[in-house]
Amino acid sequence: MSLNILAVDDSRTMRDMIRLALQPAGFTVHTADDGLHGIDVLDGIEPDAIITDINMPRMDGFGFIDAVRGQEQHRATPILVLTTEAAPELKARAREAGATGWIVKPFDPAKLVKALQMVAG
Amino acid sequence: MSDQDSPTTIELLTFQLAGQEYSLDIMSVREIRSWTRATPLPHAPACMRGVINLRGTVLPVMDLGERLGLPPRAQSDRAVIIVVTHGESMTGLLVDAVSDIIALTRDDLQPPPDMANGATTGMVSALTLIDERMVRVLDLAATVSLEEGLAA
Amino acid sequence: MSTENDPMAEIRASFFIECEELLEALQDSLQIMDDGAEDGETINVVFRAVHSIKGGAGAFGLDALVRFAHRYETVMDEVRTGRMEADVAALKVFFQCADHLSDLVRHSRDGGADPAEQSAALLTRLDALLGEEGGSAEPEPEPEIEFQPTGLTLDLAALDDAPMGDLSDLPDLPPLDRLPDLPALSGVKTYTLHFAPEPELFETGNEPFMLLRALQELGTAHVTCDTSRLPAQKDLIPEQPYLSWTIELETEAEESEILSVFEFVEGLCSLKLTGAGEDAGSSELPDLSPEILPAASPTPEPLKQAEPEPVSPAPPPAPTTPAIAPKAPPAKAAAANTPAAVKSVVRVDLDRIERLVNLVGELVINQAMLSQSLEDANLPPHGDAISGLEEFQRLTRDIQDSVMMIRAQPVKSLFQRMSRIIREASAAVDKDVRLHTEGEATEVDKTVIERLADPLTHMIRNAVDHGLETPADRIAAGKPSEGQVKLTAAHRSGRVIIEVSDDGAGINRPRVLQIAIDKGLIPADSQLSDSEIDNLLFLPGFSTASTVSDLSGRGVGMDVVRTAIQALGGRIAITSTPGKGTIFSISLPLTLAVLDGMVIDTAGETLVVPLNLVVETLTFCAEDVSMIRPGQHVVRVRGAFVPVVDLGAELGYRPPLSNFEGAVALLIAHENGSRAALLIDNILDQRQVVIKGLDDGFFRAPGIAAATILGDGQIALILDPSDIINNAAQPPQERLVGASA
Repeated sequence: MSLNILAVDDSRTMRDMIRLALQPAGFTVHTADDGLHGIDVLDGIEPDAIITDINMPRMDGFGFIDAVRGQEQHRATPILVLTTEAAPELKARAREAGATGWIVKPFDPAKLVKALQMVAG
Repeated sequence: MSDQDSPTTIELLTFQLAGQEYSLDIMSVREIRSWTRATPLPHAPACMRGVINLRGTVLPVMDLGERLGLPPRAQSDRAVIIVVTHGESMTGLLVDAVSDIIALTRDDLQPPPDMANGATTGMVSALTLIDERMVRVLDLAATVSLEEGLAA
Repeated sequence: MSTENDPMAEIRASFFIECEELLEALQDSLQIMDDGAEDGETINVVFRAVHSIKGGAGAFGLDALVRFAHRYETVMDEVRTGRMEADVAALKVFFQCADHLSDLVRHSRDGGADPAEQSAALLTRLDALLGEEGGSAEPEPEPEIEFQPTGLTLDLAALDDAPMGDLSDLPDLPPLDRLPDLPALSGVKTYTLHFAPEPELFETGNEPFMLLRALQELGTAHVTCDTSRLPAQKDLIPEQPYLSWTIELETEAEESEILSVFEFVEGLCSLKLTGAGEDAGSSELPDLSPEILPAASPTPEPLKQAEPEPVSPAPPPAPTTPAIAPKAPPAKAAAANTPAAVKSVVRVDLDRIERLVNLVGELVINQAMLSQSLEDANLPPHGDAISGLEEFQRLTRDIQDSVMMIRAQPVKSLFQRMSRIIREASAAVDKDVRLHTEGEATEVDKTVIERLADPLTHMIRNAVDHGLETPADRIAAGKPSEGQVKLTAAHRSGRVIIEVSDDGAGINRPRVLQIAIDKGLIPADSQLSDSEIDNLLFLPGFSTASTVSDLSGRGVGMDVVRTAIQALGGRIAITSTPGKGTIFSISLPLTLAVLDGMVIDTAGETLVVPLNLVVETLTFCAEDVSMIRPGQHVVRVRGAFVPVVDLGAELGYRPPLSNFEGAVALLIAHENGSRAALLIDNILDQRQVVIKGLDDGFFRAPGIAAATILGDGQIALILDPSDIINNAAQPPQERLVGASA
């Protein structure tokens, strides 16, 4: 099934990788370069799920999740956090900010697809 | 003349040099230009006439009669430059006049007799008869390559 | 090498480009910290740069890079969180790590010598920093949760008709699920799960339905839903978990695989998994949540969360659990006020740009030809044709500038490489050196930048090694012990000026002169001006170091620097003040596609001489010219004898001149620092010409570098004066005449 995904990451490489992983699976991928940009992009789309990095300039992933959750229509939109290591404290912070789940970088494309289908149908 | 559709059909551009007829495979000919003055290259061999401006590209021009060791002749109004491609490069060949385009088959070509009379033998790859006139077919690669035949 | 058909190769290429940008940002930010000018964001930029390199490197399996970046990142995180201070010693290590990271990136991209063996030493240094400051805090343990089951039967399969086939055979499960295979597992087992969400489960965007569906994929699931806690509809608070489930799962899957379904909700629900024929309790997650047991009333469970909830048109009331109340985002206002400044970038094949540059070159020529023919046509000066032509000229110039800008890059990356050279060079000779840079944003043609790296490296090393005194000497001279090297770039009248200066002792002219005499480079009785002595440094084989040091004893002299600069159409000049320091100034064309040329005429042929080699123009008096031997003359130029090279004769256009009275010559700066007077007929013009390569596949004319097309459509050859002068200096029989392949 085709899902509408917003991917927020300041690394062009990572955005490209996400696009490469998801587009063949039939997903529509929108990207943003940081949290603030992500909020701008979010304005024009209705994503089924959001993927976000944590360490980003201008507005980091925690701030971004917080802001997304603050929008009525996105209170329950699944948000997956991209982390480089599965540090429990990072997960806890992400979850506290309202993240749905996490993906450990470098991610396996099939795993990313599966995780998205898992949280967003 | 012969079967136009046969894969062995070739087309030749014939031209004149010192009153004799020569030809080149039309596939290597890009265009024919009227003669313009070439900028001479210093210390170039005599057959190198210099370079001309071909729509922004610097095109080397070779005097084909000189290259083949033919007697020099007066520059006529009909002198033209045949622009040929060989590999990645383009060269202009200065000839006295362009005559015709003829189609024939490979069978119509005869190997040149081994006369061992110097440089020109290697450059003429075949002979053919058109209306009882002998036409020499040039080997383009050997003609534009200055590596042999010029050392003397 | 084409990467067009392989998306991974393309992303990999783009990753390395991104790495360069990140390394640049890293260098910049470390420099800012070193200058003590950082703000709160600076260390974050450092951290993110390392972090992003690590992230990308992981995706491409660049293990050595990942390992190093990871440790570097860990330390930077310590600094970022204030657990460690970035003092001078630490910054020194950070700089070295940045350099090493850059080496590792380049090695990953280009191969070559593996720099990884240096990693260990740097990692030790990083660890030492950590040791002094104390390591990172232990991660907090996950909270434990208790569980209470309730029951009601519901067949999930009836609810769920979404296709699942493509999900059932996913080969790759999260690594934490992988447990060693146990023997005799082929059989289907039955598990019992009790699952009760906490409020936080909804607040994080998770959805019980999705979890149940994922369980369904593992085998046959019989789901019972406990609705006993559902309140009356009017009391129903959306996003409160009123339901809980008991699932009987028949599956071949391992327990860990089942639990992995709940990976994201661990701690957000109570979950109890009981294996078939086993005792309960092995995977119990105790429940810490407060009991919520309102009156039961069946309500359909909302299944899809992305749609607006039909039961709550107004914003929902505040959730009952205050800890996780959705907060107004602090940054949202900022988001509305600050439009995202996204730089959009297109990657273009260099070949395409080359083609565009060539086409513009032709346009310039074409415009010059058109101008000339309109001029010849004697049109009224204010007519449409002439004013149209002026507009055409303006547009052509603008297009030319814009196209050249495509190839232009800021010199910043080059300057950053130099800051590394400074660090390495100063460490090698035990001097304290600080590099100041100015004009990093100055843009120069990409190729020029690439080809400047070597000469500039050499000049920087020279400045550190020879230019600056030892700290002891500096203190004795009343200077601060730390030496200063300054690297600046600026645009000046259509050229780029790059200067390398130091605040050292200046050139020791008596010593330079003595060395030149000792080495036989100049006659022992030479009377040279200060500037002429300074220029002796450019003579081949000249080296002022009394001891060959690690840095400069590489057989490369300033003559090589000068040759490299001249090959770029540039000039290099030297200014030195005793006790104050030395300035090397390089002047370069903005691009290699055009050349500042002097258009001259010799024996009826029009030729172009690169202007950067012309020192001055001379008009001979017959008595200034003397014959050394037949065919060889010298001319007196301000007391010095300069060889005369008769261009027309050298090129074979005409016999040598015999009468030099009134002859015009160009004084040419030869690449080896000597000079020659190039005899010509007339100077016609001084202008920019578009460089056209000569196809030298079958004949290379000696003394000719390239060609250009003049306004009248004629081709003019661009001279290589050094080649001509070298040829003229050889005896005639050894000269290169005729064909060369």
